[in-house]
Order: sequence, then C-alpha cells, then structure tokens
Amino acid sequence: MFDLLDQPFDPAEALKQFNTAIGGAGAVVSFTGHVRPSAHGSAVTGLFLQAYSPLTEQGIEQAIETATARWPLSAVRVIHRIGEMTPGEAIVFVATASAHRRAAFEAADFLMDYLKTEAVFWKKETGETGSTWIEPRSEDYQDRARWAE
Amino acid sequence: MAHFLFFGKLADITGAMSVEQPLPDTVTDTSTLRSWLDETYQASGALLETTVRLAINSEIVAEPAPVREHDEIALMPPVGGG
Repeated sequence: MFDLLDQPFDPAEALKQFNTAIGGAGAVVSFTGHVRPSAHGSAVTGLFLQAYSPLTEQGIEQAIETATARWPLSAVRVIHRIGEMTPGEAIVFVATASAHRRAAFEAADFLMDYLKTEAVFWKKETGETGSTWIEPRSEDYQDRARWAE
Repeated sequence: MAHFLFFGKLADITGAMSVEQPLPDTVTDTSTLRSWLDETYQASGALLETTVRLAINSEIVAEPAPVREHDEIALMPPVGGG
C-alpha cells in the first residue's frame, strides 16, 4: 500500500495503523526518513520534492510488488512526501511485516534503496546560500546494487 | 505542439518547467530532439547527457525513439527521493 502526500504526516500514527493490519506477522520493521537540519556543514531551511505522475506511483508500486515476490511479506506500507518540507518533517515511511525478522529487515532496506536511487523524484535543498538540486550519492547507488540478482 | 516537461535542475536551465512548442520538421527522433533543445535553450550540452533520460507520453524510452507532434516529452535528470 502506497501514498504520495503533499501534506505533513505523522510516522508514529502510520506505524500504529500498520500494526493493526499485519496479518499475524511475528516481525515488523519500519523506517522513517526526516528532512535533515543541515547538509555539508551548513543549515538547511527547506526541502522541495518534485514527482512525475503517473511514473512515480507506477515505479513505487512495482518496487513493492518486487519486494512482495522476493520476501514472504504479509503487509507493506510506503508513504512518501512531495512538495515543500521543513527540517524535522518526515519525508518517507516504509514498513514491512513478515513471519520472521530477516525478511522484514531486508525488504524494508530494499525498498529504501529503491526510493533513494530509482524512484522518480527530484529533490531541491534550500539553505543560507541558496538552493541546490540533490542527486543520489555514490554510496546510495552501491547500496542499491546489493540487491541485483 | 509538443508538450515539454523539464524536471529537477533542467527547469533552472530552460527557465520553465512546462513548455508547449511546435516541433521543427528536422526533429523526428530523440537524438535530433536533444540537439535542437540543447541549442534552443543554450544548455551547453546539459540536455545531451546520457544521465538525462527521456519519457514520451509517460513512458521512459530506449533511445533513439521517434517523437511526434502532440507528444508529452519529459526530460528527467538523475532521480532519487527518500
């Protein structure tokens, strides 16, 4: 299940709701990404995230299908923000549920690596010295490459 | 008219995110399209980069691919969220 939101959301509430529909799973893993208050030693005042519908949604739904086919998951939840955000706000939430912990950990990790490097988003950071478009770091691509079959 | 969408940093180069523009007769595929756009917007090669992918009518295409009037053509620099 996936939502693209242009308004702030509460990750604690998202996790609470997720836990009510995990289909008897023994393991739940969740990850929340927040807008960092600084980058490269200088303060960040805002983050803007742009998407391209329906490509963004289709890609994320496909990544969820891939995760579900690869790991025995009883539930998956992805929430991603778009639009203007301020430091501290949640930008992404991923939760996975499975019978045992390993599958839940790996599937959440896989989905985050997809979101960081392949999901159709463009990210602009605004700080004291102006705005910069941010692209994935080489570490992000290396993380993503771990899942190649 | 073709409908162009310039995402991310590309809109800073072209000055607009969404542009309606007729395709000249010389532009028939993604290769001639890229050259024409790069020259039109004086992008100094930014629109020729292979890291910039093209989506035509909401589908990422393998290049070269044909382009036609009335297509929605998106120019997409490297993506990433999270």
